[in-house]
Amino acid sequence: MSQIETFYDVMRKQGITRRSFMKYCSLTASALGLGPAFVPKIAHAMETKQRTPVIWVNGLECTCCSESFIRGAHPLAKDVVLSMISLDYSHVLMAAAGHAAEAAFEEAIAEHKGNYILAVEGNPPLNEDGMFCINAGKPFVEQLRHAAEGAKAVIAWGACASYGCVQAAKPNPTQATPIHKVITDKPIIRIPGCPPIAEVMTGVITYMLTFDRLPELDRQGRPAMFYGQRIHDKCYRRPHFDAGQFVEQWDDEYARKGYCLYKVGCKGPTTYNACSTVRWNEGTSFPIQSGHGCIGCSEDGFWDQGSFYNRVTDITQFGVEANADQVGMAAAGVVGGGVAIHAAVSALKSAQKKTQTQVSENEEA
Amino acid sequence: MSAPTTDAPILRESDANAADMATATRQTSVYVYEVPVRLWHWINAFAIMVLCITGYFIGSPPPTMEISEATYQFVFGYVRFAHFAAGWILAIGFLGRMYWAIFGNHHARQLFFIPLFNMRWWAEVWFEIKWYLFLEKEPKKYVGHNPLAQLAMFFFITLGVSFMIVTGLALYSEGLGHDSTLYALFGWVFTAVGGNSHVVHTIHHLGMWWIIIFMIIHIYVAIREDIMSRQSIVSTMISGTRTFKDDRVD
Repeated sequence: MSQIETFYDVMRKQGITRRSFMKYCSLTASALGLGPAFVPKIAHAMETKQRTPVIWVNGLECTCCSESFIRGAHPLAKDVVLSMISLDYSHVLMAAAGHAAEAAFEEAIAEHKGNYILAVEGNPPLNEDGMFCINAGKPFVEQLRHAAEGAKAVIAWGACASYGCVQAAKPNPTQATPIHKVITDKPIIRIPGCPPIAEVMTGVITYMLTFDRLPELDRQGRPAMFYGQRIHDKCYRRPHFDAGQFVEQWDDEYARKGYCLYKVGCKGPTTYNACSTVRWNEGTSFPIQSGHGCIGCSEDGFWDQGSFYNRVTDITQFGVEANADQVGMAAAGVVGGGVAIHAAVSALKSAQKKTQTQVSENEEA
Repeated sequence: MSAPTTDAPILRESDANAADMATATRQTSVYVYEVPVRLWHWINAFAIMVLCITGYFIGSPPPTMEISEATYQFVFGYVRFAHFAAGWILAIGFLGRMYWAIFGNHHARQLFFIPLFNMRWWAEVWFEIKWYLFLEKEPKKYVGHNPLAQLAMFFFITLGVSFMIVTGLALYSEGLGHDSTLYALFGWVFTAVGGNSHVVHTIHHLGMWWIIIFMIIHIYVAIREDIMSRQSIVSTMISGTRTFKDDRVD
């Protein structure tokens, strides 16, 4: 077996000074929510451990995960993680093409069998034997199963791999299926989002490689350190929510004042992600900061939750598009009308009974 | 003590004239609803009122108010606070009601079960349906709930309120955080609906309308029965005693 370099080796080769390396270790520790005591531990692991290969496969997707990933805010983190990944095979980044690329893929799998982390971007469509997504002449689902066999753990990048995303939205004609329904025998960590935040992606990979285990996951298999709170919980517009100051329309005065976007459909209160803390593009901004509500892209089935611009969204279970209030009011209206009619008939019946009793009493008399 | 004789005067002559005497009947009354049941009923009614109003506003907030800077204004915060406080009162009250179903009298248990295999009971449900469809001339007398009422209570209140408490506490636990005890207890609700908490908001909202529909029917039927049936209804939930308007057996 060929000697695999340590992370530190890789970094030094890229011209990174030890000082920068230590900075990276402390930054990573704080990004992962670890105390200062972990900085030397991370440094030690990086200096002594052989780098763990990552094989990255792409199914039915839009490549926004890869695009997000290569825009990591901390260039060092990005370089390190990129160098960990077996770039011999990555649809977005590899130099090879055709048979050479596929050969490299097989080689990487054989060489690191049982050791590599499989990162899956996108998902397999299962309808028509998977023919809606073909990689190298074969359905993607076959490549996915094959690559998962020798994997130590699997990362589900983005909403596609985690939940299905837009291609799995109703009526899901290709039967696009989140990967946990295809790979059932490996630990899967979900990094949902459309796309996920770059720092979250690099942070999770760094954690897994440094500590050789999955980070703490929540009920849905997401890393708790990044998906433990809702956008709403740490939103900088939250004081306006509590005050009851909302944007009523997109171009109104309240929108200019930066009030809460709850009434124009912000899904921050139901979305678990780190956007309001980590933010995007080197911490520049995030959707709510730029004046648009959260669309809930890191939540299961977010395309099927009705409009992005309503708080009480439409539900289609009743055959028509109506929200809970319209359905409820219609039902309450029908019941209320029924009650009114019933009351009227009851009154008539009582009156009739009274008359009949009087008539019979008169007859008796 | 000797049993009261039926020919003893029912009313004092100084108070009632001959016409009153003609319509007078002897009344039987039974103590049905004990203090905890009545107390629960009215606290519950008040909590549900608060929950429906504040809950509706949480889905569709009132117009933006600029009373002062956000730091000093807490309008929506108070709406939510009222909702959560009333929700806790409803939840704890329901627990207390369950306790009383075990330790109270047998009428207190009616809310929590349906005698599914009792054919006579089902026959009486059918009788009550006919009474409400104006197909029966005279209703029967019941000390507790009539069978149709029991059925409605079970589905609207026992199941309906339980559903609202469970989904409500699940949503509330999100605010407390994933590491809270309440989330450990109710986090499964999100898994059950597929993971997206927006779905729980929607079904919780639909549940409100379920309860409102119950309120419409409940209040109408209580008043109607009080007027048209052979027994007291509304006052029974105040005094606890069921009085019957006649002495005839069904």
